[in-house]
Amino acid sequence: MNEKNNSLLVYTLIYFGFLYIPVLFLPIFSFNDANYMSFPLAGFTTDHYEEMWSKRNLHKALWASVKVGVVASVVSTAIALLAAKAFVRYKFRGQNVSYGAIMMPFLIPEIILAVSILIIWINLGFPLGLVPVTIGHILFCTPFAMLILIARIEGFDFSLEEASRDLGENAWGTFYRVSLPLYLPGIIAALLLSFIISFDEFILAFFLSGSDATLPMYMWNQMRFVKKLPHVLALGAVIIVFTTFIVLLAFWLRNVGQGKEKQDIAIKL
Amino acid sequence: MFQAWRNLYSKSDNAKAYSLLSPALFLIILVMLIPMALMLSFSSFTQVSMMEIDFTPTVQRYIDFFEKSLLVSLLIKSVKISFIVTLITLLTAYPVCYYIAFYVKKNKMLWLVLLTLPFWTSYLLRVFSWKIILGTKGVFNSTLLGAGIISEPLTFLMYSEEAVIITLTHAWAAFALLPLYVSLEKIDFSYIEAARDLGLSKFEVFWKVTFPLSLPGVIGAILIIFIPTVGDYVTPALIGGTEGRMLSNMIQAYFGKINNIPLGAASATIMLTTVILITAIVSYTTKRLTQRLS
Repeated sequence: MNEKNNSLLVYTLIYFGFLYIPVLFLPIFSFNDANYMSFPLAGFTTDHYEEMWSKRNLHKALWASVKVGVVASVVSTAIALLAAKAFVRYKFRGQNVSYGAIMMPFLIPEIILAVSILIIWINLGFPLGLVPVTIGHILFCTPFAMLILIARIEGFDFSLEEASRDLGENAWGTFYRVSLPLYLPGIIAALLLSFIISFDEFILAFFLSGSDATLPMYMWNQMRFVKKLPHVLALGAVIIVFTTFIVLLAFWLRNVGQGKEKQDIAIKL
Repeated sequence: MFQAWRNLYSKSDNAKAYSLLSPALFLIILVMLIPMALMLSFSSFTQVSMMEIDFTPTVQRYIDFFEKSLLVSLLIKSVKISFIVTLITLLTAYPVCYYIAFYVKKNKMLWLVLLTLPFWTSYLLRVFSWKIILGTKGVFNSTLLGAGIISEPLTFLMYSEEAVIITLTHAWAAFALLPLYVSLEKIDFSYIEAARDLGLSKFEVFWKVTFPLSLPGVIGAILIIFIPTVGDYVTPALIGGTEGRMLSNMIQAYFGKINNIPLGAASATIMLTTVILITAIVSYTTKRLTQRLS
């Protein structure tokens, strides 16, 4: 289509405004020298950031989120890589059913996943804490990681792997020397994005973390107190900048070394 | 013997595929299906006291659910809110995706990144930003007060059904944009040109060609917004107050301070059943609709 459509362009810009502006209030008010978030702004300050830095519980929650995120992203990416390879490489019986089953955690209200894991966990007599949160996050991140990896390894020339086997390399050697370097950008993108999903996840942590708060749980607990809101704003602003950076890095990595055509497909996932 | 197995294995794509899939399927079975089955069985038990549960099977919890008018009304309200949110999101997001798919030529990459980025930012923070906007001393009220348009803060903004609807529409929009865009982008432009050459008006081209071809994306967007918003907890808890409460908030209370796990499990099961039923109806009717249109 070569024509222009200016009214639609204006509408699209307004829509993007609606999408992005509300989130920008967090960083704006995090530098505002007042406890309430209202206009006019009261003056510039970095106090809220200093206050944030001094909270010991926040450090603990950050460390908890990092631990959960690293374990959850590594395990779910490993599981997803094997599954993605099965779907791209082979045509097999029950393919659609298996695909649907693995995507299910993405399509069920999260509260139902959280509640069912909670019931089984406490009935097995295990204590709540970061372990059940991590298990829940692995379940929740796997479908995302699989979508990213399928997009990346679709169109992968599997004859390269066969050639390597024919030349006498064993399965592990083939994986290590041939497949891994080619999959690597996709794997890192899947790791980064699963980490972000786990890092921002709230519902599973809310039901399963017990007294071991993750970072979103920490923010949730602070949000009830008006006086504590400013440092939550500062924390929120830092998290948004950090998340955006990681996601852009992941997008970039996913597209490295891929043709223009492929880039468009990849970003859609 | 071992060699025979090996040969069989290397010949069968089924066996190879399933050995690669086994960790993922184990994960789904152990962490999702078995826990959900257990949740289902808990909905047939009875909470006797704080720590004690009677394991005699009964359907009493389901009767309890439908006898408590609060729970039934919260279920209806959750479905209603999600329905409105889904509808608004579709109507507002569709033109945006249409524009990017058909009119944007330069820097398409940049538009796509902008479209995808909000999808990944913290859901909790997206909801929280609306608390800043709609609060009694929030952005909206302080701006209107400052401009002299109102003399007292509008208190109805927060803690209402409308506030929940606005917040959910914003928080889940990113999820609708992707499936809509993908389905519109896939449309072969020669169909649209052919329809035009046959003398159809712009309006007819849209309703008879473009829209039917984008239906898979529309269904995808409906499901991807409707299902999670029915079970949303964060938005009603932060923004809804008592007015905007949804079923999830009660489910949480049954597992938390009320401590009636069987009734909580029954409520969760009813929610899941409702979601599955509505999903089935939506998929079925749109399938019929597509057949009629094409």
